[in-house]
Amino acid sequence: MSAADAAALVKDGDTVILGGCMFSRPPMALICEVLRRRRKNLVVCRNLSWLEAELLMIGGATTHLITSWQGLGVPWGLSRILREEVENGRVRFEEWSHFAMGLRFRAAAMGLPFLPARTMLGSDLMKVSAARTVQCPFTGETLAAIPALVADVALIHVHRADRFGNCQIDGYTHMDEDISRAAETVIVSAEEVVPDEEIRRHPDRTVIPGLVVDGVVEAPFGAYPGECYGLYETDFGHVDAYAQAARSGGASAVKAYLERYVYGLSSHAELVSLSDVGPLQRAARELTS
Amino acid sequence: MSWSASELIAIAAARRLHDGCSVFAGVGLPLLAGILAKGLHAPNLQMVVEGGIIDPCVVPGRLPYSTNEMRLAVRATMLPSITDTFLLAQRGLLDFGFVSGAQIDRRGNLNSSVIGSFERPKVRLPGSGGANDIASLCREVIVLAAHEKRRLVEAVDFVTSPGSRVSAVITNLAVLGFDGPDRRACVRLLQPGATLDQVRQETGFDVLTEGEPAVADAPTEEELAALRALDPERVWL
Repeated sequence: MSAADAAALVKDGDTVILGGCMFSRPPMALICEVLRRRRKNLVVCRNLSWLEAELLMIGGATTHLITSWQGLGVPWGLSRILREEVENGRVRFEEWSHFAMGLRFRAAAMGLPFLPARTMLGSDLMKVSAARTVQCPFTGETLAAIPALVADVALIHVHRADRFGNCQIDGYTHMDEDISRAAETVIVSAEEVVPDEEIRRHPDRTVIPGLVVDGVVEAPFGAYPGECYGLYETDFGHVDAYAQAARSGGASAVKAYLERYVYGLSSHAELVSLSDVGPLQRAARELTS
Repeated sequence: MSWSASELIAIAAARRLHDGCSVFAGVGLPLLAGILAKGLHAPNLQMVVEGGIIDPCVVPGRLPYSTNEMRLAVRATMLPSITDTFLLAQRGLLDFGFVSGAQIDRRGNLNSSVIGSFERPKVRLPGSGGANDIASLCREVIVLAAHEKRRLVEAVDFVTSPGSRVSAVITNLAVLGFDGPDRRACVRLLQPGATLDQVRQETGFDVLTEGEPAVADAPTEEELAALRALDPERVWL
């Protein structure tokens, strides 16, 4: 299916989990289509949020983030966009710890309503989140009860998938195995859609089974300007230019970015074609070979 | 010889890590401290990084910007899922964890969420990330921070990460510890060049002392050279 067809499966008001982690495998090709279709009132869930969260906030797609962190990267400091949107009350930042986000996805993936944990206890995150405490029936110990996060849609970018949605991820999987089992509708973009035989040759590398996947989109460089392990590094030059513009221009600079790189282009592939990805590929090869 | 505040903190942190220990390290000074200790006196130290990376071999001059990127995965021994990575800490397998925050209070509680109220903050900070988990789950938690009165406060606006497992706050002026059942902050060591008056002036809560605290050894040439080789462009130092 095309990225546009896939994005049509995302409805206004949906709770959407985005795969990857920060600038590692953000599903940018799919997110750009969601933005282009001007989706609204999405609840956007991601363990560590990055540039995509700023585009989704300023692009009017969300007023509710469920995450443990948002920023472009530690060297770029506090996000002016996050600050303005949350401090002015336009966006709700529902904060959990990083591990708790993972347990929310895992509980959903396990078909359980919650998981007990030793994290978050003794912090104010217990007060501002839906987490509760629970008494262990065996030891009497007090544990945090971290509720499952069952979403309408999950968007995940992987290295390769077959037409049935059997997916292989090289390098770190982050939380994507659990995320793929935590949503009603799962859309995957893949660097490469491969013949069935290629998946069957290395079934040990398959981390997402086709039976949970509803749509597969072929999207080379689908995580750009983020990275895809072994294939291309993050375009830190692109991120730095965005960060400087957003820092000095605020929301209007992000709107200009959206006009130029999202609404003004026919597809994410066109953004990739405008970028010099050769050095990013060489850097990735060098780091992982 | 001279050194920056960040160099002083990274070196003091590295000195606390013994050979064979396991460290939950984030990007920036924690990672630098871990790599430095491993290179100088703790060759069997193992780092675990939040993005799902065990025992990375970072290339000097190519320090990562995040806990989940290829620069950190280079020649690692394992890339578990992030949830499984934190589960190692929950299982009690991580000896040390490093954290920081915009505010730290006299009980070691940390705030990296909001200045002001949570719903309508004066400053919305990036959020916990793994900080709460590291502080909740590692056996011993070490705080690394620039020593500033607005940072070391009587009570944090929001407890992002609990201070119950914090053993030390390492700053550019001192190493603070916590004494007694009510965990009162006390000065364990002064950093070279710092005075007790300076520490009191730059701290937003009362710090206890027993006489004149000892002064930490100055960074050695070997420590400084090894540290600077890791970050030649001084992104973090």
